[in-house]
Amino acid sequence: MELKDIINPNNLVYEKAKLLTENTMHYCPGCTHGVVHRLLAEVIEELDIQDKTIGVAPVGCSVFAYKYIEIDWQEAAHGRAPAVATGIVRTNPDKVVFAYQGDGDLASIGTAEILHACNRGENFVVIFINNGIYGMTGGQMAPTTLIGQVTSTTPNGRDAGRNGYPLKITELIAQLPGTSYVTRQSAHTPAAIRKCRKAISKAFQAAIAKKGTSFVEVVSTCNMNWKMTPVKANEWMEANMFPFYPIGDMKDSSKSEPESYSPIKN
Amino acid sequence: MGELRLMKGNEVIAEAAIRCGCDGYFGYPITPQSEVMETLMEREPWNETGMVVLQAESEIGAIHMIYGAAGSGKKVITSSSSPGISLMAEGISYIAGSELPCLIVNVQRGGPGLGTIQPSQADYFQATKGGGHGDYRLIVLAPSSVQEMNDFVELGLRLAFKYRNPAMILTDGMIGQMMEKVVLADYIPRLTDEEINEKYGSWVTNGRKPYRERNVITSLEMDSDIMENNNLRFQQKYAQMEEEDLLFEEIQCEDAEYLLVAFGSSARVCLKAVDLAREKGIKVGLLRPITLFPFPKKPLAALAKKVKGMLVVEMNAGQMIEDVQLAVGCAGCKVPVMHFGRMGGIIHSPVEVLAALEQKLIGE
Amino acid sequence: MAKVIGAVVVDQEECKGCGLCVVACPQDVLGQNKQVNSRGYHYSFMKNPEACIGCSNCATVCPDTCITVYRVKL
Repeated sequence: MELKDIINPNNLVYEKAKLLTENTMHYCPGCTHGVVHRLLAEVIEELDIQDKTIGVAPVGCSVFAYKYIEIDWQEAAHGRAPAVATGIVRTNPDKVVFAYQGDGDLASIGTAEILHACNRGENFVVIFINNGIYGMTGGQMAPTTLIGQVTSTTPNGRDAGRNGYPLKITELIAQLPGTSYVTRQSAHTPAAIRKCRKAISKAFQAAIAKKGTSFVEVVSTCNMNWKMTPVKANEWMEANMFPFYPIGDMKDSSKSEPESYSPIKN
Repeated sequence: MGELRLMKGNEVIAEAAIRCGCDGYFGYPITPQSEVMETLMEREPWNETGMVVLQAESEIGAIHMIYGAAGSGKKVITSSSSPGISLMAEGISYIAGSELPCLIVNVQRGGPGLGTIQPSQADYFQATKGGGHGDYRLIVLAPSSVQEMNDFVELGLRLAFKYRNPAMILTDGMIGQMMEKVVLADYIPRLTDEEINEKYGSWVTNGRKPYRERNVITSLEMDSDIMENNNLRFQQKYAQMEEEDLLFEEIQCEDAEYLLVAFGSSARVCLKAVDLAREKGIKVGLLRPITLFPFPKKPLAALAKKVKGMLVVEMNAGQMIEDVQLAVGCAGCKVPVMHFGRMGGIIHSPVEVLAALEQKLIGE
Repeated sequence: MAKVIGAVVVDQEECKGCGLCVVACPQDVLGQNKQVNSRGYHYSFMKNPEACIGCSNCATVCPDTCITVYRVKL
């Protein structure tokens, strides 16, 4: 069979998601954002919720996330995406809302917003891209930068005495009763990406079922600011990030009863 | 005729928000305006009109919730006091830059810093010159009675939607805490989603409909030429506000030889000062700007040609006086414009105002 | 067992030459071209098309969604 016979619409098994726009992504070659954007587009398409989904874009590399998925988007200030998403979903309880945030956005400047939104159990999905560095501003230390990791503001490696410790914010969030599904995924191999897609789909289904906040961390690479090739960056992530940020579900309220509190008597 | 009640200014803000069909209130407690959210929580409007009320984690959280809800075309309101408004400055700038409507109530207290919890008008600059970063303005309404607290909620939101621009009620702890009779407005129903889509479908982010292009709300623009055009469009809106929605009140100005210029609480005090002056045979009038932005430049310029002097009375070190001087100076008038202000949370008395007028403008 | 053959089409202009598809391919089908596209990237291509089984691994890892996959069961 010749190549031209195989390349035939009848034999198509994988093509670009319809909800992805024609815009070329501005991300560096090999950036995890591109993969996660595509997964989001695929999940929204599969669940057929594009007419009621609102994305909240962050500040950071994914500040232009709204250019790539054919849905309504609102651009948030740095760290405030969970507050913006709260405002949307509280006044539009039947809409599907997600906030897309990086580690600087979510775990540094926006710590108050994310913790309180999750604690109130705001009914939206959070996609948290954790690559341990500030990408857009040129590779500075992030709250999730590992001890010893070299960044442009920790040129000799992150020192706990000077810079404090990497923040496992997803572990914190998993403890909050408002969250229904909290998971940490990666998107560096075909198998990991398929799992990540399932996790994102599950998070969106939880939002549709109004279960509270669903939180999907994706441990990611920033090969440009890590100063590695994309392939090397994946290897570095497996060797250094995964031991500190282990992959897997942290909380799944569909499998266990949610925490309940009995009110005090007044 | 609406319902007559005796209420605090802060309580009226809450009541007016429910009655004018607000979809949501997001706020954070701060003295002297905490009664706004307390009243809403007591009233439970979610059972009555479906209005959402949420106590946010901070003023920063609250204003970005407002931004989110406003983006979906909802009619939303927040309130705070001076230090809290400073925290909201970031979000207000984004709301202005993204051209979204909302109403922000600032029940001012003295500053800077934590300052006092007593009334002040020291946030005039912050309110009328933008307040946050970037080249933007708010529509600023300055009530001087509890009745106007009621009326300006509906008016502020109407103007906010007309211009797709945030509006602010700039009031203070005196009017917020003061009880006065008020005629409440009749209920206006909240808009349905269908009505929002029909009226604001060209910009709202409430889910892309099959019959429209997707909407994106952002203040970000990397192309300087497009950004400058955005800035120019904003400036056109601000000019249009001055043409179409300027509000001010002239009291006993027809025969006035001296003019008091004051807004909000100060204008109330000045009303009495006008009477005291006229009892002494001094012909004094009062110009009360109701919209602080747009500012009544032309009415001031017209009066500047008639009077011997102007005294700007404010509860600050001299802020609105700069706009008065600009209005008078640009009209080519040389009439003296003086300032009298108390600070630190102190409200000037009518006697003090009259004494200042006599001392600074009339002479012995 | 039925034999499966496949083929991929790389959008050469969209490809940024990150090379992730090359290592994701279990059959060593893909390589990076010595040529560059108009943006200067060494775009991916099928250097060994006969080995392709249409598994979609390459398209799955592609951050720029520039790979389309076809598959035929013989």
